[in-house]
Amino acid sequence: MSSSGQLEPRLRALRSEGRKALVPYVTGGAPQWVETVQACAAHGATAIEVGIPFSDPVMDGPVIQEASQLALESGATPVSIFEQLRTLDVQVPIVVMCYYNTVFHAGHERFAKSLVDAGVCGAIIPDLPLEESGPWCDAADNHGVATVMLAAPTAPDDRLPRIAARARGFVYSVGLLGVTGERQTLADTATTLAARLKAITDVPVLVGVGVSNAQQAVQASEVADGVIQGAAVVRRMLEGGPEAVGEFVADVRQALDQRFPGIKS
Amino acid sequence: MLVTPGADGRFGDFGGRFVPETLVPACQELEREFSAAWSDESFRSELSRVLAEYAGRPSIITECENLGRQLGIRLVLKREDLNHTGSHKINNVLGQALLAKRMGKRRIVAETGAGQHGVASATAAALMGLECKVYMGAVDVERQALNVFRMRLLGAEVEAVHSGSRTLKDAVNEAMRDWVASVESTHYCLGSVMGPHPYPYMVRQFHRVIGDEAREQMRHRYDHDPDIVVACVGGGSNAMGIFSGFVDTDARLIGVEPAGGAAVGRGQPGVVHGMKSYLMQDEYGQVQEAHSISAGLDYPGVGPEHSYLASIGRAEYPTVTDDEVIAAFQLMARSEGIIPALECAHALAWIVRESNTFTGKTVLMNLSGRGDKDVAQMMDILGNSI
Repeated sequence: MSSSGQLEPRLRALRSEGRKALVPYVTGGAPQWVETVQACAAHGATAIEVGIPFSDPVMDGPVIQEASQLALESGATPVSIFEQLRTLDVQVPIVVMCYYNTVFHAGHERFAKSLVDAGVCGAIIPDLPLEESGPWCDAADNHGVATVMLAAPTAPDDRLPRIAARARGFVYSVGLLGVTGERQTLADTATTLAARLKAITDVPVLVGVGVSNAQQAVQASEVADGVIQGAAVVRRMLEGGPEAVGEFVADVRQALDQRFPGIKS
Repeated sequence: MLVTPGADGRFGDFGGRFVPETLVPACQELEREFSAAWSDESFRSELSRVLAEYAGRPSIITECENLGRQLGIRLVLKREDLNHTGSHKINNVLGQALLAKRMGKRRIVAETGAGQHGVASATAAALMGLECKVYMGAVDVERQALNVFRMRLLGAEVEAVHSGSRTLKDAVNEAMRDWVASVESTHYCLGSVMGPHPYPYMVRQFHRVIGDEAREQMRHRYDHDPDIVVACVGGGSNAMGIFSGFVDTDARLIGVEPAGGAAVGRGQPGVVHGMKSYLMQDEYGQVQEAHSISAGLDYPGVGPEHSYLASIGRAEYPTVTDDEVIAAFQLMARSEGIIPALECAHALAWIVRESNTFTGKTVLMNLSGRGDKDVAQMMDILGNSI
């Protein structure tokens, strides 16, 4: 079992210490993904997002598409990934990211239960917006699985409180208009949306999509409670393996801790 | 009996709006704008004007006397192949391009399989001064090279999509990814009765003109409705267009799917491309690749209204094989002097196979496109055998 403690209490505790959350994303089933998850945990990840590969990942750019494709070609399935997660010994909460058909096809109840059995404490479903989320959220709530809701820069003001009210664990503040992938600079939308969310909710707000390096992570965390880093992690996993990812996560962790050392230190 | 979906975008259990959060406001805006435009007399009359003066509507109906005699039925074609750009796709793109302008968008993106919707989109964009980018699977770019050149000639940018199965479904993914990034300036001109609400409803409304015209033409010429209405189904826009005119009649409605892309026939309910509908998928919900001789039907899903019509038993969705299609393609050319699009040859293939079960009946078939685009491919397949 991988999860230690629930997601939201952990993020809130970190926040009250004055520190920032770092959530790396790793595509489940891709080459050396288990070792990569362990490397993330060992080098300062607050929680880890594990992607369940899907044939049609519409929110993902080229890097994560490639990792998903590799995972599928190697025969990865939700079941095989859950199986490996169950035996994974890391001391940080695991959240899965999956497209909705994976959930719908398995059945809401069954999928929620399989997450719990695998020691997963939360789920991010990028193509399941608020209006369609009811049946899944009910099942997830029943099983104690936190459903992370996404908020996007295009949301009008009256939509954000409704998203935040439904979010468990944290609100995923989408950093830019676009799909996952590394960018030269942090988009202005990353901090403006995070600020809009922080103004209306007490639920932790993490910025993801387009947070590409340590400096951008610090920049986003000036406003948000932390960051999610996907393509930057997955690219290093594909190019350099778990070690390269470990170094990267350690660098980002250090940069965040330097700028936000926390009350106790 | 024709469904008007409510705010949840449902046709029975099917439809909905399963899109990234970034696109939800855009879909909601589109829903509002379409609804306002559709009840706005000036929008409707401008659309009717371009359909008549630019696209060449109304399209005629043609009775196939030779084939009819041969098959022992009365076979009538709705001639969408005679529209400008050579298929029914123009009905929808002219509507959406007018709507895009009304919404102040200056750019459209589109996906295309066979290239018909891409060509139609590029055409409407040229006419209305919009920038246009078309995503097309790399496999389709190769087998429909002529349409790629046509689109470029019309000023559109065509991007080959190399991800996944490199066909229509991947072109849809890539168009959606573009839209996620460009939503403020761009309208996604979706080419079939699929995708997130309001697309399945809106695209059907833009294609209703096919069924509405055909119903009047049939009553005028034959004094009765057809016994059977047949169309091919990939995403299902031409079929929904013609079915719309006959859902509330006694006519049997037949949507013919390719054997290798039978979403209704072989699929299970699933969610992809923003909609809940029948979908070809594996035991874990991974979307499977469709395989068909016709690029336009190479789609593992189907529009949600078709899933609904199938679920209530109002329409039937049989399949035909590539071999039956190749035979039907040649049959229509030789018997009637009409070269059909390979997509429509699916509808004819079913009629030929089943005609002895409805001898003497009146069959209306939607000839949704002309076959010029398929001639090179058929030349490869048939070689000197003809």
